[in-house]
Amino acid sequence: MATTTATRSFLQAVATEEVATPLRVVQTEGLVILKIIKHCKDHSPSLVTGQLLGLDVGSVLEVTNCFPFPMREEDEEIEADGANYQLEMMRCLREVNVDNNTVGWYQSTLLGSYQTVELIETFMNYQENIRRCVCIIYDPSRADQGVLALKALKLSDSFMKLYRSNNFTGEKLREKNLSWVDIFEEIPIKVSNSALISAFMTELEPDTPVTRCDFDRLQLSTSSLMERNMEF
Amino acid sequence: MAASKRTVLQFSSSQTLSGKVHPLVIFNICDCYVRRPDQAERVIGTLLGSVLPDGTVDIRNSYAVPHNESVDQVALDIEYHHNMLLSHQKVNPKEVIVGWYSTGLGVTGGSALIHEFYSREVSNPIHLTVDTGFADGEGAIKAYVSNNLSLGDQQIAAQFQEIPLDLRMVEAERIGFDNLKSTSVDKIPSDLEGMEASMTHLLALVDDTYKYVDDVVEGRVDPDNKIGKCISDVVGSLPKIPSLAFDKLVNDSLQDHLLMVYLSSITRTQLGLAEKLNTAAQIL
Repeated sequence: MATTTATRSFLQAVATEEVATPLRVVQTEGLVILKIIKHCKDHSPSLVTGQLLGLDVGSVLEVTNCFPFPMREEDEEIEADGANYQLEMMRCLREVNVDNNTVGWYQSTLLGSYQTVELIETFMNYQENIRRCVCIIYDPSRADQGVLALKALKLSDSFMKLYRSNNFTGEKLREKNLSWVDIFEEIPIKVSNSALISAFMTELEPDTPVTRCDFDRLQLSTSSLMERNMEF
Repeated sequence: MAASKRTVLQFSSSQTLSGKVHPLVIFNICDCYVRRPDQAERVIGTLLGSVLPDGTVDIRNSYAVPHNESVDQVALDIEYHHNMLLSHQKVNPKEVIVGWYSTGLGVTGGSALIHEFYSREVSNPIHLTVDTGFADGEGAIKAYVSNNLSLGDQQIAAQFQEIPLDLRMVEAERIGFDNLKSTSVDKIPSDLEGMEASMTHLLALVDDTYKYVDDVVEGRVDPDNKIGKCISDVVGSLPKIPSLAFDKLVNDSLQDHLLMVYLSSITRTQLGLAEKLNTAAQIL
């Protein structure tokens, strides 16, 4: 009469709450990364955003496609336009069998400053509708130094609970032991490509090592960085 | 002299065009091909980009357009094409249609019709074929322009002429590209690892030049005067100071820079705090 743990009655399965597996890795396609790089670089130094599309599978969040948002003027009537644009894009992408599921958004940043109140508010807005969403930050100015500055961020659960409870005071923060490092959680990004694309890439790779040099990153001049830092 | 009434087969001359393709376009095309609906054999889409002042066509973006193809006719979803074009132009108004692409090797009869449609939108569109089937054993990416063959007034055929194509990569894209070549990369290399990779490249190049010079000196390889001159120029441009002094110089300037950055960020924080305190004091 031993009850086996392997089989549960249907009632039991429904009754137990599903524990969401924590998000461990964001898996992007090479296409998404190239699109983000291109969009952010084309419009730098102004900051741009875009939407990420993909699938949410277990502990991996797959991002398979993305599309950029147009620059928004501060005008009321353009708000509806923005929503229309989004719907239109999603509809069109659906017709070519692209995953139609929003999993987050990306934004560009300048010299690494991205932790703003707007970011938190946008996270909150997204979290209302989507169970798991992620924000990818890209810094195009670092590309001159030869670094792919890409980061995937998520609001930490404890911070989210506290923010939602409307009881957002200094004492509460101290109670929960939340400091500024606990607000955002960084998630590692993994890149995957379909086999066809890898085949093409190996084909297109330049043959001699001479043309493959990325020595700009070894340059020692720091004058432009200095200027920017001293500007403020 | 009677006016000659001979009809001559005219080839309309095409300026020597060439095209530059960004790797994003190839990625897009491959992705659309992998996602195509089951009954479609090939994917067709629009190319967006711009025409550079020296005449080369810069292909920067693309999107797929659903179509139906049968033996004798081709149907393209024009409304979808226009919708996507408008959406894309909201983001980047400088990108205009420069042509269209299709997967599969070579140009077929249906392609001529599609090409005609696109030539109504843009003058002299470029037709890009991406061979996803690897028919020749290699993925060939070719670009064509079409010339209309006309006999007197009547058009007989459209001849597709190949134009040279260049895979062009901007610096930022190249970094991303290096990371994206393999089927899966577990993590994006950090600063230090990237630096390490560049240094190893540099060392490898220096080794190669060293070997070349040795070979020339020992007579194994015929000397090439141009290369020799380049090398002597490079070596001559290095400052002639002992390595210790060079180290010290580099480190000192680095520390000066860091100090400046530190001072400026302290000032900035100080100013920010002072402002906050001031406004808080005023509110109270």
